[in-house]
Amino acid sequence: MSQKARIAQGGRIDRSRTIRFTFDGKRYEGHPGDTLASALLANGVHLVGRSFKYHRPRGFLSAGSEEPNGLVQLEMGGGRTDPNFKATQIELFDGLVAESQNRKGSLRYDRNAVNDRLAHFLPAGFYYKTFKWPAAFWTKVYEPRIRAAAGLGKAPTAPDPDRYLHRHVWTDVLVVGAGPAGLAAALAAARTGARVILCDEQPEVGGSLLSESGRGITVDEVAPDAWLERAKAELGQHPELTVLTRTTCFGYYDHNYLGLLEKVTDHLADPPPDLPRQRLWRVRAKQVVLATGAIERPLVFPDNDRPGIMLASAARTYLNRFGVLVGREVVVCTSDDSAYDAALDLQGAGAKVTVVDQRHTPIGERVVHAQTAGITILRGQGPVGSQGRFRVAQLHVQALDEAGRPIMGRVQALSCDAVLMCGGWNPTVHLFSQSRGKLRWDEGLAAFVPGEGMQEERSAGACRGSWTLAEALVEGLAAGTEAAVAAGFEAHPTPAPAVREPVLGPHQPVWLLEGDRAGQRAWVDFQNDVTAKDLKLANREGFRSIEHVKRYTTNGMATDQGKTSNVTGLAIVAENLSRPIPEIGTTTFRPPYTPTTFGAFAGPSRGDLFDPVRRTPMHGWAERQGAVFEDVGLWKRAWYFPKPGEDMHAAVERECRAVRNAVGMFDATTLGKIDIQGKDGAEFLNRIYTNAWSKLGIGKCRYGLMLREDGMVFDDGVTTRIGEQHFHMTTTTGGAAGVLAWLESWLQTEWPELQVYLTSVTEQWAVIALQGPKARDVLQAVLTRGDISKEALPHLSMTEAEVAGIPARIFRISFTGELGFEVNVPASYGEIVTDALHRAGQPFGITPYGTEAMHVLRAEKGYIIVGQETDGTVTPQDLGMDWAVSKQKDFLGKRSLSRPDMLSPDRKQLVGLLPVDPKLVPGEGAQIVESPKPKLPAKMIGHVTSSYHSASLGRSFALALLSGGRARHGQRLWVSHGDGTAEVEVTAPVFIDPEGARLHG
Amino acid sequence: MLLITCPHCGPRAETEFRNGGEAGIVRPRDPAALSDGAWTGYVFTRQNPKGRFHERWCHAQGCGRWFTAVRDTVTDRFLSFHPAGEQPDEAGR
Amino acid sequence: MTRFSIFSLARNALSGHANWPAYWRSPEPKRGYDVVIIGGGGHGLATAYYLAKVHKVTNVAVLERGWLGGGNTGRNTTICRSNYLYDESAALYDHAMQLWEGLSAELNYNVMFSQRGVLMLAHNTHDLQIARRTVHANRLNGVDNELLTAEEAKAFCPQLNLSKDIRYPVMGAALQRRGGTARHDAVAWGYARGADRLGVDIIQNCEVTGIRVEGGRAVGVETSRGYIAAGRIGCVAAGHSSVVAGMAGIELPLESFPLQALVSEPVKPAFPCVVMSNTIHAYISQSDKGELVIGAGTDQYISYAQRGGMQIIEHTLEAILELFPIFSRMRMLRSWAGIVDVTPDRSPIIGRTPVDNFFINCGWGTGGFKATPGSGHVFAHTLAHGEPHPINAPFTLDRFVNGRLIDEAAAAAVAH
Repeated sequence: MSQKARIAQGGRIDRSRTIRFTFDGKRYEGHPGDTLASALLANGVHLVGRSFKYHRPRGFLSAGSEEPNGLVQLEMGGGRTDPNFKATQIELFDGLVAESQNRKGSLRYDRNAVNDRLAHFLPAGFYYKTFKWPAAFWTKVYEPRIRAAAGLGKAPTAPDPDRYLHRHVWTDVLVVGAGPAGLAAALAAARTGARVILCDEQPEVGGSLLSESGRGITVDEVAPDAWLERAKAELGQHPELTVLTRTTCFGYYDHNYLGLLEKVTDHLADPPPDLPRQRLWRVRAKQVVLATGAIERPLVFPDNDRPGIMLASAARTYLNRFGVLVGREVVVCTSDDSAYDAALDLQGAGAKVTVVDQRHTPIGERVVHAQTAGITILRGQGPVGSQGRFRVAQLHVQALDEAGRPIMGRVQALSCDAVLMCGGWNPTVHLFSQSRGKLRWDEGLAAFVPGEGMQEERSAGACRGSWTLAEALVEGLAAGTEAAVAAGFEAHPTPAPAVREPVLGPHQPVWLLEGDRAGQRAWVDFQNDVTAKDLKLANREGFRSIEHVKRYTTNGMATDQGKTSNVTGLAIVAENLSRPIPEIGTTTFRPPYTPTTFGAFAGPSRGDLFDPVRRTPMHGWAERQGAVFEDVGLWKRAWYFPKPGEDMHAAVERECRAVRNAVGMFDATTLGKIDIQGKDGAEFLNRIYTNAWSKLGIGKCRYGLMLREDGMVFDDGVTTRIGEQHFHMTTTTGGAAGVLAWLESWLQTEWPELQVYLTSVTEQWAVIALQGPKARDVLQAVLTRGDISKEALPHLSMTEAEVAGIPARIFRISFTGELGFEVNVPASYGEIVTDALHRAGQPFGITPYGTEAMHVLRAEKGYIIVGQETDGTVTPQDLGMDWAVSKQKDFLGKRSLSRPDMLSPDRKQLVGLLPVDPKLVPGEGAQIVESPKPKLPAKMIGHVTSSYHSASLGRSFALALLSGGRARHGQRLWVSHGDGTAEVEVTAPVFIDPEGARLHG
Repeated sequence: MLLITCPHCGPRAETEFRNGGEAGIVRPRDPAALSDGAWTGYVFTRQNPKGRFHERWCHAQGCGRWFTAVRDTVTDRFLSFHPAGEQPDEAGR
Repeated sequence: MTRFSIFSLARNALSGHANWPAYWRSPEPKRGYDVVIIGGGGHGLATAYYLAKVHKVTNVAVLERGWLGGGNTGRNTTICRSNYLYDESAALYDHAMQLWEGLSAELNYNVMFSQRGVLMLAHNTHDLQIARRTVHANRLNGVDNELLTAEEAKAFCPQLNLSKDIRYPVMGAALQRRGGTARHDAVAWGYARGADRLGVDIIQNCEVTGIRVEGGRAVGVETSRGYIAAGRIGCVAAGHSSVVAGMAGIELPLESFPLQALVSEPVKPAFPCVVMSNTIHAYISQSDKGELVIGAGTDQYISYAQRGGMQIIEHTLEAILELFPIFSRMRMLRSWAGIVDVTPDRSPIIGRTPVDNFFINCGWGTGGFKATPGSGHVFAHTLAHGEPHPINAPFTLDRFVNGRLIDEAAAAAVAH
């Protein structure tokens, strides 16, 4: 029989079907309902991994998400590879392939196991004390070796084929955990009519009841199983109740916002392509019930880490839920009554069981039952060692004194093939702690329990230290009702269930059982190989805070995040320092509760959905013209329009020449546009722009600069007076949203007395710039109404007209220095009008140009671009734009301009540069220095902001910000270029038509 | 993600809002009359308190209106919300 | 003090490691010190160390409210680099870089400083301009930094996704080969151990509750463990700087924001260097333990809660997966937050305050860890002499009054 540890009957697996899986290349069989862990154990496989540091053989410690040892790499092919999966959480499916991790060679013959023999030299923090010399060796020699030895599984190397989705929900009550307390809570809440979500990490609801044999327990006169079936039936009857299985609540954030991860297809052999692999639920809950149960504590004794040594509750789960008997000769070591359930159940399944109880006089009802059942109980004794290479074969036990210390004397060796540990229970307070709740140490329970809460939540059952089923059901019922009432619903009267169960005796923890042999190691953190000695060393070396101890030893930092090691570690440190546990502190729990997939957080927000893509109405037109696009903020802007065989340089030269000599057309739609209405519009503009606006005539345009209050240029653009109380503002493309928000904030919070109303109209208008000496000719050809003559529409004015039959606002604006018009039409007509202008322009040689040519053309004219000539440290004076700064009125940022540093003559000022070599184009960002071969560190006196080759000038040119630049016109300086420098001459920052004849043409 | 109650729209997720920092900073009436130091106080100096804090929020993805909230910066609990023009009282209500 | 070495390790192994001494004493505070440093993070401890080592000022106490390195020192993503744009910043951060390079030897403690290279990505023409400007400036300042094409960047970091189908394809990068990472906790512990050896009193669980100011001069601190007189006080309280300075009646241009970070589960070596993208907010490296260490952006509101919103984590991982889609199936193991004190120009304030003998070292924002040795070194000079070191002289509080800002944030201004 292949599944030699599988008992003949029982459990929640489907024995009618057999499924095959592979572990480390070997094929095994299991059943639907198994986890990978239960199936391996059914096949007698206990050795499943190697520890992080010493590469010690490791078997399963647990049966759940707290598992530190049984980590595997799931290898399903096609990019589906998953490191560090806990085998205890992997639902078995046909064809599953898993590999053990962190071994060099085979699991049995791991060459890195030599580390275990060197353990003396590798105490906690050993790496801080050595590997320092010689210095260069750290990066080159030591670190690569340490890195190669560290890590566990292997990261994927191919893209993930799966999809992840997000759901957003508001709910009245979220119940986390579908054990007895959670079920009772969810049903109680649902009965009030509240919207309820019940989630649980397991594939089915039931929690601890799934592992329950039901021995000696009844609920309302029926076995717990039957109660569970009844509860499940009722779940289906509440339409407002959503049950999410395979769903872990991993994070409890502010204001009752919780993150849930639903594993939708991880358990399927062939995931249907229409389903996401996982779904991230973002839940805003009015009220939360935490019913997250408890996690059993291991015992810390020498060599407590051998395969076959596991938690008592885990053995019980493997037996009752999966029909797997983890050993035939079993020793149960405990300081708590609960382990007697495991002893009784395993004995009932045919194992020979011995109980080693650290308590001298255990009195609980289960103890009596065990005794009656003929189980040997060694009272007042504890484990002090073990033997067995790949599986435990012997347990050493010794008598303990009243304080739990081994009494010198005879050590008894018990032969065994499994050891079950129970050091009491830790309530699963992770989510409560994440919610900012304060934990309280309960000395009687020897556990942290929820103390003062900070959010709209309550805990029920084992997660608040209520161990009995009766308490779980009663508290769950009360918590569910209370939550629903707090969410505004009327309580639905339900009597508390009547529960009969064995009476618990008191728990008496013994945190550390030390043997008397030197060199013995007792594990606290099984995965990270942290032993009680390491904790002691950390304490000896002055690490007293639990946070220090944790960081120094790595206790609790493994992939289980200390679920089985934090509290025992804390208790041992408290003993070492002779201080009460609460004084040592506790770690604050942080999300996630269990490791959560990156892809699930990102969800569908990848590629084009990473950020919205904004396209202008003429985008398709530009594509058909062969445009290459660039990202500017969220926009895709046409960068240049290469003809066949042209590179970017050639295309840009051609486009520039066309604008200077004939006419070009440019999509300027992305500029921000704000419609300003109200009687105080002009006054408002006076306050936010550096120049004066009161006297701007209707139909006239004006360029304006905006400053932040620190005096630095923040945005610029042309604003036009459409009517007495109506303005049309343009902003930079990237600044549009920020400018609107900025203006709104001033209006709403500082100047509420102004009657001004702002509306973003960026999306409403398509804007086509026609630039060049033939611009008017082209526009005239498609003008169906209006007058665009020089006299009727001079530079910086606007007229309402009709272009190709479409109503249009035509602005006489130029950002090239040429005769220019910006035709604004309703966005939906953008493409039609573009096309009409393009066709009409053919006889004139019209040429579409992109942002690169636009940059060259405006730079030739010395027009700045905010964000290129400015970087948030540049004032209007620095740009030589004093002409745009009013001396009379106040405006935002004005006061800052008179601070001492703003008046300094050595401020960087805008200049032009002409490279002495006319073919040489300095890099944008090149630094300006005063000598050709400066000594490092060099004194840098400025930098190149814009730099191009100009077709019109037949040479290169640049704009720069240069310290004291306006006084340096004519000077020869050097700019950094490649590995050296290039000589440049400083000029005024205007290279074309300084008189503006073309502009006004 | 905080839950913020817009005084005009009701409770909404934080992602709909833009934080505007300290509330109640009034732009000086006559900046030119201020010393450099006094002007700097207005432009740059911030309370940054540990505890109760009056701050500005804009319901940017909703009604677009600015309002004032009182929040405890230690717990991040909101104590109250106020439309523009309404002053929180001493107790932050 | 026991020197740490492979030999002392071997020797102690024989005695079962039972004889290692404590890294530092836990003294009761004295009634007064020449210098009291408020804040036992990396910067504060480094300050104490250099005060004792360089300036022979040993009558020094470091007061820590909680545990050493428990603030941002133990909460950052451990990136070290010095490729800052402005001369003042480059000088400050490269001063730190030079100290990093000898730090393990200096402290006789392995801080695991690993010069794996820091790659800063450019995603648009504007990014490229900024990168080029920075590279040119760095080189002329004697700071290593080089411009790479997208393909060269991929050669350096083969995991990088150069697909043109991502929302903001990688167009190039700046690489500082001397940049890298260090083990954050070890920095605090190494400085603490070194300072203690030189006679500095390191006092944990000692919260400063008041600053006693007499006639415009600070004379001591009120603490949860009593009053401690001080010749000079250095406030190195990071996110709590406004609170401590407020005790001396000083208002600062600071705001404290939550800054989150996260790690994945540990895996075998899968990532060779540090990659940063300021444009899409992605910061990633792999720790010696094997965890992918990922930095997120700040939340938008002031908070002292050391926690932040899940949406910030989502955005961060979206960005990471754009650049490294192979990490989609990796899992977040742990996330946390620090409180970062941010100045209007994103540069620190190191120097005098309006209150005599009360000095501040704050405003490091999201990038203080990398500066730890340099920050401590120049602040020690400032405290010892009452005057700034030439390197921190530009980083005054006064710059907000006279306008001489060092605006590293502005340099990355929004594109046109």
